[in-house]
Amino acid sequence: MATIETARTERPIGFGRLKRKEDARFIRGKGTYLDDIRLPGMLHGAMLRSPYAHARILSIDTSRALSHPGVHAVITAKDLETLGLAWMPTISYDTQAVLAGDKVRFQGQEVAFVVADDEYIARDATALIDVEYDPLPAVVNARKALDPEAPLIRDDKDGQVDNLASPLWEAGDEEAADRAFAEADTIVTRDIIYPRCHPAPLETCGMIADFNPQTGQLDIYNGNQAPNAHRTVYAHVAGLAEHMIRIRCNDIGGGFGNKVPIYPGYVCAIAGSIVAGVPIKWIEDRSENLISTGFARDYVMHAEMCSKEGKITGLRVDVIADHGAFDSTAQPTKFPAGFFHIVCGSYDLQAAHVKVKAVYTNKAPGGVAYRCSFRITEAVYLVERMVDALALEMKVDPVELRMRSFIGPDQFPYETTTGWTYDSGNYAATMREAMRIAGYDELRKEQAEKCARGELMGIGTSFFTEGVGAGPRKHMDILGLAMNDGADLRVHPSGKAMVSISAQTQGQGHETTFAQIVAEELGIPPEDVQVRHGDTDRTPYGLGTYGSRSTPVSGAAVAVVSRKVRDKARLIAAAMLETRAEDLAWEKGRWYVKGDPEKGAMIEEIADYAYSGEPMPEGLEGGLDAQVIYDPPNLTYPCGAYIAVVDVDPDTAGVKVRRFIAVDDCGVRINPMIVEGQIHGGLAEGIGIALMEVITFDEEGNCLNSSFMDYLIPTALECPDFELGETVTPCPHHPLGAKGVGESPNVGSPPAIVNAVIDALHATHGVDHIDMPCTPARVWAAMQGRPEPPQ
Amino acid sequence: MEVTITINGEQVSRDVEPRQLLVHFIRETVGLTGTHWGCDTSNCGACVVLMDGLPIKSCTTLAAMCVGHEIRTVESLERSGNLDPVQLGFHEKHGLHCGFCTPGMLMTARALLDHNPNPTEQGIRTAISGQICRCTGYQNIVSAIRWAAEHEAATRQEA
Amino acid sequence: MQTPAPFEYERASSVDGAIASLQEHGAEARLIAGGHSLLPMMKLRLATPAFVIDINDLDELSYIEEDTAEVRIGALTRHAELLESDLLAGHFPVFRDAEQVIADPVVRNRGTIGGSLCQADAAEDLSAVCAALKANVVIKGLDGERTVNMDGFYIGPFTTAVGADEILTEIRLPLRQGAGSAHEKVERRAGDFAIAAVSAAVWLQGGTIADAGIALGALGPTTIMATRAEELLRGKAPSEELFAQAGEIAKEDCSPLPDGRGPVDYKRHLASVLTARALRRATARALHQEAN
Repeated sequence: MATIETARTERPIGFGRLKRKEDARFIRGKGTYLDDIRLPGMLHGAMLRSPYAHARILSIDTSRALSHPGVHAVITAKDLETLGLAWMPTISYDTQAVLAGDKVRFQGQEVAFVVADDEYIARDATALIDVEYDPLPAVVNARKALDPEAPLIRDDKDGQVDNLASPLWEAGDEEAADRAFAEADTIVTRDIIYPRCHPAPLETCGMIADFNPQTGQLDIYNGNQAPNAHRTVYAHVAGLAEHMIRIRCNDIGGGFGNKVPIYPGYVCAIAGSIVAGVPIKWIEDRSENLISTGFARDYVMHAEMCSKEGKITGLRVDVIADHGAFDSTAQPTKFPAGFFHIVCGSYDLQAAHVKVKAVYTNKAPGGVAYRCSFRITEAVYLVERMVDALALEMKVDPVELRMRSFIGPDQFPYETTTGWTYDSGNYAATMREAMRIAGYDELRKEQAEKCARGELMGIGTSFFTEGVGAGPRKHMDILGLAMNDGADLRVHPSGKAMVSISAQTQGQGHETTFAQIVAEELGIPPEDVQVRHGDTDRTPYGLGTYGSRSTPVSGAAVAVVSRKVRDKARLIAAAMLETRAEDLAWEKGRWYVKGDPEKGAMIEEIADYAYSGEPMPEGLEGGLDAQVIYDPPNLTYPCGAYIAVVDVDPDTAGVKVRRFIAVDDCGVRINPMIVEGQIHGGLAEGIGIALMEVITFDEEGNCLNSSFMDYLIPTALECPDFELGETVTPCPHHPLGAKGVGESPNVGSPPAIVNAVIDALHATHGVDHIDMPCTPARVWAAMQGRPEPPQ
Repeated sequence: MEVTITINGEQVSRDVEPRQLLVHFIRETVGLTGTHWGCDTSNCGACVVLMDGLPIKSCTTLAAMCVGHEIRTVESLERSGNLDPVQLGFHEKHGLHCGFCTPGMLMTARALLDHNPNPTEQGIRTAISGQICRCTGYQNIVSAIRWAAEHEAATRQEA
Repeated sequence: MQTPAPFEYERASSVDGAIASLQEHGAEARLIAGGHSLLPMMKLRLATPAFVIDINDLDELSYIEEDTAEVRIGALTRHAELLESDLLAGHFPVFRDAEQVIADPVVRNRGTIGGSLCQADAAEDLSAVCAALKANVVIKGLDGERTVNMDGFYIGPFTTAVGADEILTEIRLPLRQGAGSAHEKVERRAGDFAIAAVSAAVWLQGGTIADAGIALGALGPTTIMATRAEELLRGKAPSEELFAQAGEIAKEDCSPLPDGRGPVDYKRHLASVLTARALRRATARALHQEAN
């Protein structure tokens, strides 16, 4: 038997540091990821991609490929047109080419799909497809995309006369903001870029599509973060019956938002399987993942911030968003810039005004990904960089400026200048806790001593408020689908349970945490609660896992459905104990008679009774189960205070993150061990983004970071031991008081690190701005007085 | 061409193309899917297995090159239903989230402890520096390997 | 994952056998040792040899040995072995410096010194190490063996003096009095290729620098011997000013190309910084001031 020993104290019935149930298969190498699945008769797909960023397609000759041994089919746009699948809708109500027909619009765009006996042959065959291109000038710089002489990228769209992807979107009050700036004591202005980066989960994207021509059933195996939504889209797009499509996600090797969109490879695999009547597996390689799948960020921002009487009073932000060649950003319909307008931050501002417009460029489509909470990463980066810029100008300690300007704990619920209602928080307390753990004053002393010796050390802070857990159906939908999630709970006659959820784990530990919620509410031990997920045939409808929404939405659903079961159990217990329901009180796992605690019924006994032939209370059906679709009344608002300590080599300009302190307030923590793990992972990603991760292009639109040799991800040597702390302000509307945390570390860490780098270099080198990534070369240029934006 | 490779103590003979990479031989030909792949340029380490007791990247090795050598994959760690201390350590210390990098990390951990039973934290970080994890931020992987080292030391003392 | 184009595979059972195979198959054949330069290129289909000759069985090429005159390293010796070798670290600490920052520990279990030198990537750390140490390499062909000094080993980018049907068999490092050496590298992230790297070796006699070797990595189309900087140092007493001057010469004499790792001016700057740092540490070691 397995020799994992655990004591009852280590196995809480409910919330606590429960070790993960799902580990058992992963530590044995028995996970079932997409490429592990083999089906009888399965064929393999490979994609031919465009070497050009922008070019007309003059001809495609597939004859050599088709005659290669082992090749079954070569699909082009012409073939898909007959199926009505050459173009597909995107989540942003744009269209995206599945296979390029008239033109290619980014380097790496899909041009032809080979189906062959195995992946080696499929790859060989892509080299035998002859495509004639007529290259066109490429639009690579978002700032130049709307120049009159810029080539038109989306000439496929009726009425498209320029490269505007999404018209101007505004939030806040322009007049009030202008007034605040007119009255201000201090104003700072910055051009700040959040460069393009990539979630790059360790497992790339792929799909097995298995269409059964006899039954009309389409079985899909696919690592994706929103399987129900995908199923609805495929039904709509491919004209298939939704009840005949089943999507199974099994184990996913990381998502981080990269596995939210529907990619052309998926549609080709489905089309291929429908035509051939056999399963087709398509899985991309790493360079395909980096050059063609959903990237993150790429916001070019111009901002001004002002203060009066020592407090931050106003903010104006103007953004050009680079969406790539097709607009496929994923966010609620009414928010085309996602939640960027939370850029008002954690401060009691007098006014703010935000404008965002999105442009097309000859690059891969995407933008909303990589733990961004729908653009909150961009927003927090902007506001926290601006606060530091303002503090420099005011010659005030940046933490001090934040403390003076925070929304106060008694101001909640707080309506921000851009239309948010933050529900709870004690920002000053969270900030102070971070300073305590960091030893902020000692760090400043150390910095002064080091500076005197010519050593460069920086301390950077960021404070963030996020809005996660989208969202209330009256405000939020994606492609017209409400962002509500369901939970089905069945307690079996033996008292064991199964809860089915619509959230989709890609490593977040749902098999453990959702069992813990049921355990907390019903007293059934987590090892007796099976969590079912990742199968659209057997789970309720919901919009999946991204935007830190699993705990706020699905977690709430599971709490509510558990309480429904508990309420039904009460009625049954009353019948069992021959008393009235109102005479019963609950202790975890048991209803008992108030005033006679020996007399009670355990949940296992109630379950047994519910399925037996014993009489049920009037009007109550047998069994012990319930279903819920949860509509969150609001987003939840986690916050956090982060402090980064960096050392910069004065000669080589190399940056090392020596310490990182993260104090998160995500409300009630279901499993602190898992919460801390999520924070560790996000902080490592933030170090990557701040110091080394970037997707750049040359003037012709060639992608310069298309492998892990040049898209650099931090190793264990770049990450310090993270120092974590917590404050807990429960969410007032969430059944468990929890807020969600998955993306917070990615939201809060890049600005802390960049602020630290500038802090290290300001006094000695006069640096007051630098854009990410802070590679040695870029930091050195800043030290020479020549900070350059990334390409 | 016909190759015979020792995998997890067993001699496995198969007919392969010379160009077949070891990772595909393990996964597709032999059917052991615990070893993963995640990149094209030998950077990510999801494919790490042991060759003659040393971690190697199986995506950058031909199956043909392994004839006459001993390959160990993650499936070899559990013996007769007993998990290896490195496996226990990863569970105890929450050293995995999605599990995709985990088999490679486990094999490197096993080889590290076989060569150095008492590695420092820095030594552990260096040993795994050729392998990427996107989920954990590495801290708990380091704790997991330290846990395994201490667990093995305690077991040796008791023996 | 990307996969190579088809090829035929042979396993060499002797050095002479490998040479005969190279001769037989001509330009279509490549030797494979560790394979961590060749196989990635083959997977990306940048290299498509028709024949791959596996020389990993040639144990006779794997050794680190010394006599009074020199240290000899077999070409098939793995990076991990070079890193662990106390014999090597004792005589030439520059090897351990470099090996700690070459690729990553897993790759180092397979990559070999012969493969690294013959890859002739200007960013290859061991090329700079061997050049700074003024190594001689032994090349074997059908006509027997010949010896080439490192200063004639690199002919052009990714091109060495090893002929199409020859094999590098040994690296010879002369042992001389008063030696100290060090390697300095700056990289964007652990395991990355160098933005710039410098190997420096000094041989002190009577308080002055009798000889010096300075090799620049990733600062030109091939590894660059900073011969003008070496000349400056010869016969002089070591000092910070001298190291800085040598650094300035290295900065002038390198020819870096701009790329994703950095622009030209930054790389030139690193040439001067790393030359001074490497000389400082090499000298300290030569003076036994620093534990190796």
